[in-house]
Amino acid sequence: MSEYVLEMTGVSKVFPGVKALDNVQLKLRPGKVHALMGENGAGKSTLMKCMFGIYKMDAGQILMDGQPVTINDPMDALSKGIAMVHQELQPIPARTVGENIFLGRYPMKKALGFIPMVDHAKMYSDTAELLKRVRMNFDPKQKVGELSVSQMQSVEIAKAVSANCRVLILDEPTSSLTANEVEALFRIIEDLKAEGVAVVYISHKMDEILRIGDEVTIMRDGKYIGTWEASELTTDKIITLMVGRELTNLYPKRENVPGEVVFEVKDFTSINPRSFRNVSFQLRKGEILGVGGLVGAQRTELMEGLFGIRSHTTGQIFYKGKEINITRPKDAIDQGIAMLTEDRRGSGIMGVLSVADNISISSLNKYLDHGYFINGKKVEQLVQDNVKKMNIKTPSSKTLIKSLSGGNQQKVLVGRWLANNPDVLILDEPTRGIDVGAKYEIYCIIADLAKEGKSIIMISSEMSELIGMSDRIMVMCDGRVTGFIDGSEATQENIMTYATQFE
Amino acid sequence: MEATKNQSSFGKKLIKIITRNPIVFLLLIAAIVVGCMVDNFFSWGNLTNLLSNTAIRFLIALGVSGCLITKGTDLSAGRQVGFAAVIAGIMCQRGDYNGRLWKFLPEMNIGLVFIIVVAFGLVWGLINGFIVTKLHVPPFIATLGTQTIIYGISLVISDAQPIGGFQKIYTTLINGRIGDVKGFHLPYLLFVAAVFGIVFWFIYNKMRFGKYMYAIGGNDVAAEVSGVNTTRTLMRIYTTAGIMYAIAGYLLAAKSGGASASMGQGYELEAIAGCTIGGVSTTGGIGTVPGILIGVLVFELLKIILQFLGVNPYYNYVVQGLVIVLAVSLDIRKYIAKK
Repeated sequence: MSEYVLEMTGVSKVFPGVKALDNVQLKLRPGKVHALMGENGAGKSTLMKCMFGIYKMDAGQILMDGQPVTINDPMDALSKGIAMVHQELQPIPARTVGENIFLGRYPMKKALGFIPMVDHAKMYSDTAELLKRVRMNFDPKQKVGELSVSQMQSVEIAKAVSANCRVLILDEPTSSLTANEVEALFRIIEDLKAEGVAVVYISHKMDEILRIGDEVTIMRDGKYIGTWEASELTTDKIITLMVGRELTNLYPKRENVPGEVVFEVKDFTSINPRSFRNVSFQLRKGEILGVGGLVGAQRTELMEGLFGIRSHTTGQIFYKGKEINITRPKDAIDQGIAMLTEDRRGSGIMGVLSVADNISISSLNKYLDHGYFINGKKVEQLVQDNVKKMNIKTPSSKTLIKSLSGGNQQKVLVGRWLANNPDVLILDEPTRGIDVGAKYEIYCIIADLAKEGKSIIMISSEMSELIGMSDRIMVMCDGRVTGFIDGSEATQENIMTYATQFE
Repeated sequence: MEATKNQSSFGKKLIKIITRNPIVFLLLIAAIVVGCMVDNFFSWGNLTNLLSNTAIRFLIALGVSGCLITKGTDLSAGRQVGFAAVIAGIMCQRGDYNGRLWKFLPEMNIGLVFIIVVAFGLVWGLINGFIVTKLHVPPFIATLGTQTIIYGISLVISDAQPIGGFQKIYTTLINGRIGDVKGFHLPYLLFVAAVFGIVFWFIYNKMRFGKYMYAIGGNDVAAEVSGVNTTRTLMRIYTTAGIMYAIAGYLLAAKSGGASASMGQGYELEAIAGCTIGGVSTTGGIGTVPGILIGVLVFELLKIILQFLGVNPYYNYVVQGLVIVLAVSLDIRKYIAKK
């Protein structure tokens, strides 16, 4: 009998252009909480998805009780006793707690001896039983949409428990919970431990890990760094292990000189209580302000709030000394602010339209003849200028943008904004999903823009990119700004320290 | 050498065009086959008939195309046409006609009636646009509701009676035509359709409004983020649509020489079918004016083929329905394959 309930060894997974996992291992003991830690993009979620059968491993094996197993899909994982509570919950809000828990495996009975029917009585009594087990006492017939986030999470955990799981994966379970709710979750975890369940706990929150974790495995850039007893570790040691990598010379030399303040935000707060709050910062002419933080730090939400995509309650925005009011993106654009959104597919490109249409859409007013008719020649000139300036590789201006590579799409979108000649550019993860060569080109464009006197806000989840490109770094945690670091003094450690300053 | 090379590339192009528009070519082949089998199919009279049938439906299809390109729809199109026909019919009744509905009105100038009818169309379009953009009701449901409302109002206004006794100038002007060679002539309606076709081509390709429309259809979030006022653009699209239906209704009443509340019933579905056959994508962002013209033309051609084949008229619906399903399923296949 193996001492481990589940072992993953030599796991590798390659996505096009990226080695997401490289010879990673993870060994889970029954009745222990195993914390899995690493930066954004270290490969934690990918590893869990391999365990849960969502991804297929390219190499490596999974052993359960010492015996090799293959896990083909999530149903397969569940039948083997592996359950996962995802970071983003996906309940069906209009259905009851019981129906959510037993979705896809409703207890059945035969009416009149032959008509198959859902056995509601059994389903709800089983649900009540399960809820008792996770120390929750709400009505099994309540609609899930009426529950709080933490209650929904308890439902998910109850669902996992109902599968009689031996391994439970919790992916950032506390990211949207209050302190009391976290305590309740910890009690459930203690109960599960006592029952011999192995819990995989993914979190960025050091104090939680040190409190309930028994063992800690740390990953970095898709590689396995090591496994330690939680009692051997301290917050500082974990951070060093998580980020410990050399900065290579991947960034162009910057010659921009920050000048006077052009853009200032005071006490900016979201309408959503769990999102950004009381944010204040200044941005100088010709400055590159990096914005760092962990996933869920509400950086994107803040920038989208400033750009008028999301709503805010309080707060002021000053632009060139005057207070401005932004309620929709057009207001910001009219002031000379531009924003490259994070989700290139979702809110950037218009896939079925041409490169020319995509690049000109936000500056069409400039190419009108007699105020009405679009001058095709001027649009073509804009496309050609950008193709030359940014080295966009496209067969023609009429090519559909969806057939270009991610890097070239991104350059088209940068071109879209530059056509408006903005003074402030907000770039949200400008190099995400782009190959290394195109990344460098984007960095050069950013450096050139700053040198021309444009002010740049750059959100990035890549530490090295933040440090390599920013004059100053603003770090956020859980919706708040927790610190500013001068670019020359920034290290992965001090960014991480601010980024994990949970209240 | 050079010639054969050109030929083969021409052949390839032709194959590409055929595979991209299979329905269009199937129906063209069907038309040729039927033409060879049945007398009088290839006649000038039949061509004239086809063209004037197409003209009014093309106007309706142009109206609904903006809604489709922005991933919406307008189910109220047919009932708006009926409403416009009823209003136009009542107002264009002769002063000395015994069955006049609104006896309090003097005999109206038909140009003035046109303006009134268009104004009503604009109002219906604004209402649809308001429900879609401000109340955030999905276009399918919003226009399902308004089409029922509009039909009800048409019934009330017309007292569910057929309306006749139009001023002569109204019917003769709109049914007017140029030339008469061997039964072939050019109806004025054709010119009206041509003018609107050109205007819409300009709007869709050369004007900011058109670009905004395609951008919303391509990715509405991206369009809003890029500074497009999506609310205003959608309002304009539904309003333009309402105006087009009103014009179509005004013309249709005169063309038929009578009007009733049930006029235009089902035209929205024909218009949507025509657009789709002509390549307007149900997933948004795609659609051209020439494509819409071809789609409507082909759909009318289908009807005439069935008529000439002497198919039981009830079966016509079955065949038309099959063609719609086939057209959309083939259209969607193009995108599935590309993923």
